[in-house]
Amino acid sequence: MNKTYLIFKHEFFHTIKKPGWIIMTLIVPVLALLGIGVFALVKNLSEPPEKVIQAIGYVDETAMFNEKTDQGYTKFYRFNSKDEVLQAMGRGEIGEYFMIPEDYFSTGKIYRYTLGKELGTSSATYSAIKTFLSQNLLEGKVSKETEMLIVSPINLEVTRITESGGIADEQSSLGYLLVAGVFSLMLGFSLMFGATTLISGLGEEKESRLIEILFSSVSIRQLLVGKVLALGIAGLAQVLIWLISAPFILSLASSTFGGIMNNLQLPIDFLVLGVIFFILGYLLFAVLSIGVGAISSNAREGGQLSTIYTMASFIPLWFSSLLIAFPNGAAWTVLSLIPITAPVQIMIRMGVSDIPLWQIITSIILLIISIIAGLYFSIRIFRFNMLKHGEKPGLKAIISGIKNS
Amino acid sequence: MNTIEVTNLFKSYNGKIAVNDLTFSVNPGEILGLIGPNGAGKSSTIKMMLDFIKPDSGDIKIFGQVMNESLKNHIGYLPEERGLYKKLTALDLIIYLASLKGMDKRTAKIRAEELLSETGMLENKNKKNKDMSKGMGQIIQFIVTIIHNPKLIIMDEPFSDLDPVNTEIMQNIISRMRDEGKTIVLSTHQMNKVEEICDRVLMINKGQAVLYGNVEEIKEGFRKNSVQVVADAEVGNLPGVAEQKVNKNSVELILEPEVSPQTILDRIREKGISVKRFELTTPSLHEIFLTKAAKS
Repeated sequence: MNKTYLIFKHEFFHTIKKPGWIIMTLIVPVLALLGIGVFALVKNLSEPPEKVIQAIGYVDETAMFNEKTDQGYTKFYRFNSKDEVLQAMGRGEIGEYFMIPEDYFSTGKIYRYTLGKELGTSSATYSAIKTFLSQNLLEGKVSKETEMLIVSPINLEVTRITESGGIADEQSSLGYLLVAGVFSLMLGFSLMFGATTLISGLGEEKESRLIEILFSSVSIRQLLVGKVLALGIAGLAQVLIWLISAPFILSLASSTFGGIMNNLQLPIDFLVLGVIFFILGYLLFAVLSIGVGAISSNAREGGQLSTIYTMASFIPLWFSSLLIAFPNGAAWTVLSLIPITAPVQIMIRMGVSDIPLWQIITSIILLIISIIAGLYFSIRIFRFNMLKHGEKPGLKAIISGIKNS
Repeated sequence: MNTIEVTNLFKSYNGKIAVNDLTFSVNPGEILGLIGPNGAGKSSTIKMMLDFIKPDSGDIKIFGQVMNESLKNHIGYLPEERGLYKKLTALDLIIYLASLKGMDKRTAKIRAEELLSETGMLENKNKKNKDMSKGMGQIIQFIVTIIHNPKLIIMDEPFSDLDPVNTEIMQNIISRMRDEGKTIVLSTHQMNKVEEICDRVLMINKGQAVLYGNVEEIKEGFRKNSVQVVADAEVGNLPGVAEQKVNKNSVELILEPEVSPQTILDRIREKGISVKRFELTTPSLHEIFLTKAAKS
């Protein structure tokens, strides 16, 4: 039987039996289910059985705001003076009040006073006060319909269309951003796990001299290609498990969260590109890890060195807020083409905007070239440094080894 | 055809010579003992034979060819240090490594159990390697080395960490393989083992061969013109004896040149002394090793 296949089979089963791999693979679906469950529970516990009417007092020095005091779940109570309203607060009748000063029509300023500690005025209170003021200002001057339009001029409905004018499958971008963000985060962690797994395995084989027994049976190329493929297929298995569980989880999220998660379905291109970039990312990191494993004097040092590129893969996530704000920036194109950052970057960008086809193809080509070149150099470095357990070669030695091995 | 042909081998690391113009060969059906002080160049020589490292110059032929991938299935290698996957069981490890030598799984399992039984390890076949003692690990590694019936076996300190019983078992297996026509290179510091089982010996010091040849012939070459005598009385002064050295249980009589041991025996008996033991003094390989290492 082909020796590369034997190495691959051994390494693959060794990887997927590791507790770390099992946890990483199951953690996404389980955490997602857990999150949905917790959200549903907290939502049920948080919602009060009856809606509470919020009472807000006000003192109007202009004497122009007397109407429209009933704003649904917020009722405004007029007081003649600051002393009166403070006494009402003292009796617990109201928790806050606002003052409309004499110079309101020239300054537009309203002063709000509240007993509660808060980061800022809640949107519900702000909206109620704004509507109260607007309706009073327009009272008797325009028709009721016009008054409503002035108070709430926009009821925006957005529909995403295709280039031919038809309705696009993907409608809710915020939901996709959430899915893309979670997916790319898991990709980053998975790449990190894969890299450390490979390095620790290589380190163990070097430290225990098992590498000598292996090399007396197989070639370096067979050994390392087997390991890289095993890690790549383990990564594929991981992402397939996530994708298989995704429709169920998304359906559950849709019915529990609603809103942005409503009727969310992953488009085919997201799935296909997700799998492609996941696999290529795994292969690239495997190849890098071989090189690092080759020059490290032990597994721990290799793990430390690997953080350089594993942390680099998270760069797109660090700048995700900027990506959301400025989705068409040149920096994102660059990050999509740099092989180390490309897998995570592409995933996030797909949740925010369309990516030009040339960028996707170029990114894939660059990844493939990096994998092949990385494997070539890693094999040569590994062969040169294979037996030097405990020693770390300098840069000159590495370059000489690549040339001569 | 020799199994191993090494010609004018040279290797240095950062200007320091590790192997210096080494030439030797190993034949089928022979055990070559590779000995030398620490840092002599034994490990470097072995690694070059196995193509782990490239020599600076010189030739190495294995089975008449330059070392290549196709030869690996015919070679068994036992490194000095224990190399086992800790979380695999003994049987799983043996089967996996045997498969890398071209054995199919079924055959490997049968053969593994035979060897485990022969070495008294069958009951430990499902034990994880991390739970094994050093000696047990050494036996497992030995089994891995020979399971695929290689034509060439290279072993570095095979008897380390083994108790006398297991040492005897392993020795018998090695001797049997030699009798079956296999070629064995055995690197060890245990001189008594080299004397017991090796046919020829190559001693390396500072990268050069300082002793090479048949073990008995080498010992014969270092034999002193002296005899070891155990008698029921002091032998006293004897004509033809240049010097006497009293040891713990015997006395060594160093003879004058041209005086034969038989003559001395006759003279002792003429004195009426009963001789319990009388043998020609032959230095051990250990003594020869120390002498050569000191001289070098």
